[in-house]
Amino acid sequence: MSGFLDYFKISRRSSAAVAKERLQIIVAHERGMLKGPEYLPMLQQELLAVVRKYVPILDEHIKISMDKDGEYEILELNISLPDVSTKNSHFRTP
Amino acid sequence: MAKIIVVTSGKGGVGKTTTAAAFSTALALRGYKTVVIDFDVGLRNLDLVMGCERRVVYDLINVINHEGNLNQALIKDKRVENLFILPASQTRNKDALTLEGVTSVIGELKERFDFIVCDSPAGIEHGAMMAMYFADEALIVTNPEVSSVRDSDRIIGMLASKTLRAERGDAPIKEHLLVTRYVPTRVSNGDMMSAEDVQEILAVPLLGVVPESPDILRASNSGVPITLDEKSEAGQAYQDAVARFLGENRPMRFLNVKKHFFSRWFGG
Repeated sequence: MSGFLDYFKISRRSSAAVAKERLQIIVAHERGMLKGPEYLPMLQQELLAVVRKYVPILDEHIKISMDKDGEYEILELNISLPDVSTKNSHFRTP
Repeated sequence: MAKIIVVTSGKGGVGKTTTAAAFSTALALRGYKTVVIDFDVGLRNLDLVMGCERRVVYDLINVINHEGNLNQALIKDKRVENLFILPASQTRNKDALTLEGVTSVIGELKERFDFIVCDSPAGIEHGAMMAMYFADEALIVTNPEVSSVRDSDRIIGMLASKTLRAERGDAPIKEHLLVTRYVPTRVSNGDMMSAEDVQEILAVPLLGVVPESPDILRASNSGVPITLDEKSEAGQAYQDAVARFLGENRPMRFLNVKKHFFSRWFGG
């Protein structure tokens, strides 16, 4: 009987495949968080608050990462601003 | 000089103690002088799994506090030559497991043994950190299940940052993945991640796959390490894993369903 039902299962994604995909995403995310110094998530939150005073942005518009280049540590900060040509023109940065 | 192996997982109940008992027994059976240390202070259980619970007089914390010496605390296995157990303490004071104390115990054992197997407690607290701190190699015990895999990944991160090798900048701890409680029929149904899936997520070389087996409960019921049950598939899987650990080339077993011809047609 289960063999008969298995025939229909092919069209559905197996729960194991779902588990694998979810794990790959969360593990990559958590490894990224752990890689940098401990203050990184807090710095990200505070930067987000400062930028928000002037520009309405979402959490995912700010990306922060720490890399090593020889002796130097490079803090990379990426803030994507929403399209300023629209009605929020008063938010335009000088 | 002994090689130090930590058996770790993050998550509880995945088979760390079973693995520590099975692995150390298999190493000793092959003639290596082996000691297995229980780091689970307050929740001692390796002694039960190894069947020597009534012979515990002194424990790891007694040795650290100089209330007894190492020779008094080491329990010689009655079945396997070359195998010794160093039990954990049942004290509720977790601070008793000091870094200085563990350093001196490990230092002394290193001179006398070929392998020191450290059975880590679950979690990422002090006991787990102490168990992994001196490791040269790590057995990461993982069930093919989401919470176990995620916790193993956390532990892998800690092996790379919170250990003596990491602090000194020495060669990193050599990691080995052991997938336990594996059910090939569920893998082929798509209800369980395959060992390959787990290996791909964690990016640690696969040392072995231990099938889920009623023999394991039977073995721990009787206080016999599963490797001594030569008929059991789980015992054989551990023997294979130890052989691979020592550099032998053994093909993986117990990965796939043993299919009977008719089961393909009738779903039996």
